[in-house]
Amino acid sequence: MLDPPPPLPRHSALAPRVAPPHSRGVILDLDKFIAKERIYWDELAALLQRQEAQPDDRLSLEEAKRFYYLYQRISSDLVKLKTFAGEVETTRYLERLVARSYSRLHEDGGEKVPFRPWRWLTRTFPATFRRHGIAFALSIGTFSIGAGFGATALKLNYDSKADFIPPPFSHLNEKPSRRVEREEKKDFDAFQGRHEFSAQLMTHNTKVTIMTMVTGFLWGVFTLILLFYNGTLIGVVIYDYLADDQGVFLSAWLLPHGSFELPAIFIGGQAGLVIARTMFGWGTNLRLRERFTRVRSDLLTLVGGAGLLLIWAGLVESFLSQYHDPQFYPWKIGFGVVQLSGLVLYLSLCGRRPESGNTLRI
Amino acid sequence: MLGTTTTLKVATPEGVTFEIPLASPFSRCLALAVDVAIIFALTVLLGQTIRLLAIAASGIPVLGPVFGDFGTGAAIVLQFVVATGYGMVTEWLWSGRTVGKRLMKLRVIDERGLSLGLKQVIIRNLFRLLDMMPSTFYLLGGFSCLVTARCQRLGDIAAGTLVIREVELAPPALGDLVRAERNSFADLPHLEARLRQRTTPEEARLVLDAVIRRNELTPESRLELFSRLADYFRGIAEFPEEITIGLSDEQYIRNVVETLFRRASV
Repeated sequence: MLDPPPPLPRHSALAPRVAPPHSRGVILDLDKFIAKERIYWDELAALLQRQEAQPDDRLSLEEAKRFYYLYQRISSDLVKLKTFAGEVETTRYLERLVARSYSRLHEDGGEKVPFRPWRWLTRTFPATFRRHGIAFALSIGTFSIGAGFGATALKLNYDSKADFIPPPFSHLNEKPSRRVEREEKKDFDAFQGRHEFSAQLMTHNTKVTIMTMVTGFLWGVFTLILLFYNGTLIGVVIYDYLADDQGVFLSAWLLPHGSFELPAIFIGGQAGLVIARTMFGWGTNLRLRERFTRVRSDLLTLVGGAGLLLIWAGLVESFLSQYHDPQFYPWKIGFGVVQLSGLVLYLSLCGRRPESGNTLRI
Repeated sequence: MLGTTTTLKVATPEGVTFEIPLASPFSRCLALAVDVAIIFALTVLLGQTIRLLAIAASGIPVLGPVFGDFGTGAAIVLQFVVATGYGMVTEWLWSGRTVGKRLMKLRVIDERGLSLGLKQVIIRNLFRLLDMMPSTFYLLGGFSCLVTARCQRLGDIAAGTLVIREVELAPPALGDLVRAERNSFADLPHLEARLRQRTTPEEARLVLDAVIRRNELTPESRLELFSRLADYFRGIAEFPEEITIGLSDEQYIRNVVETLFRRASV
């Protein structure tokens, strides 16, 4: 391109008088153009700066109209500049202005719908839970298979118990009847270490639930492994206590908090399997980005619901489950059964009226 | 793939296309390091404050032991909330920026160039647990950033977000650039008209870029570039020797730019 072009025959009748339109164009007078338009650019920049500093500050109708006008004008300036001048710095400046305005003008209106906690609790969460019922069934099924595996393994080889119990739960290696005898002799101190224990349980279980959900991104493999692994641990503990004839203690210990804690983990697994389904994209021609856009609300609803269950379960586990007085066992078991029944009824019956929205089903 | 895309190209319904520069994995790492340091500092500060309050309350007969235990529990929960919620709160309040991102001039946006939604903020921060794996080394997220075309970690893919570079630009003062010296071509308007008529917009854009970016070139490259450009434009429209004598190649091209961009009709 940089070699000098061959000289044109000057004033010749054969010389082309009109160049092709794409190769010869009017070149913009940049100085005049900037001087004329700069006032509008500055006005839009100030408007954007104000909005970015105060995101909740809504524009009035007149301001919104003006904003849209400025956006259109500057979009047009950008097109002119790109077509007729191509000066890089000013083009970049205008591109930045147009990008910021575009992002403001086209933001998702759905995000502005106010969050209504009561409606979410009584309709959205249970309805979302049911909409992904198969994922929940798969989650609970994998956990149960893990539990069956743990119980069977312990039955076949009791000496393998220590191999199943991870270090943080080493107290479970103790013979159940010995532990029951020791726990039932303990005085209950309402405050000593209970808050700390409760906090540790809440944070740990919440992390496990989030992890079970997000590992669904790896095509669900790790979600299933986590569910199976946790099921194995529970299976080993249940078999151990039942084999040692400590079924009542076990029920009174696990039911009050487990009736919320285990469903919360299953719901985390359910969310993970919804993500896995989204990754595979079965039954839809949508692109991955669009598939995720469709399930994003459901994922947040499921993980939010699981989080609430875990907070309650953490409190119950600290202040009730660890209180091992035999005369209260029937009450504790009754509490757990009522709680579990209530949860089942809530998730099955609440929010039956169909909600609008389009989500992938699994 | 290997993260070769450096810009997000957006075509608006108004028919305008623009590009937004994407953040590099390195700048994202630096922003993350700042944020991790802030989270660490906040959790330590929180723990120490609660511990001090517990010590102060320990003398009170009944409330002392209760507060001590409650405080420890509260500290654990608050530290978890800070570690998990820091990114969510800052990105939501500051339109996709944490403190680290502000310092590094980065911002999270929707991958279509739109503003970030609350759901996207929560999802991308929940997925941080996965991106941090194994342990807290961010290997999964880092690997994902390297192999995806738009440098997205797993949380970005799930949330439909991108991290971009914030570029604050002001319009250049073009007049100062091209009016540094008197343009001797102006004495021959018919030759200027010929120059404008024979120059394509692409060629005009090229010389303007060359003048604007001349200070970014090494002295040798600068001399060579302007020499070749001057030779080329002398071939397009030949100005008489009496007005080009003493003009360096660079000044010749600045005169060309001034002629093309300041004197033409709009």
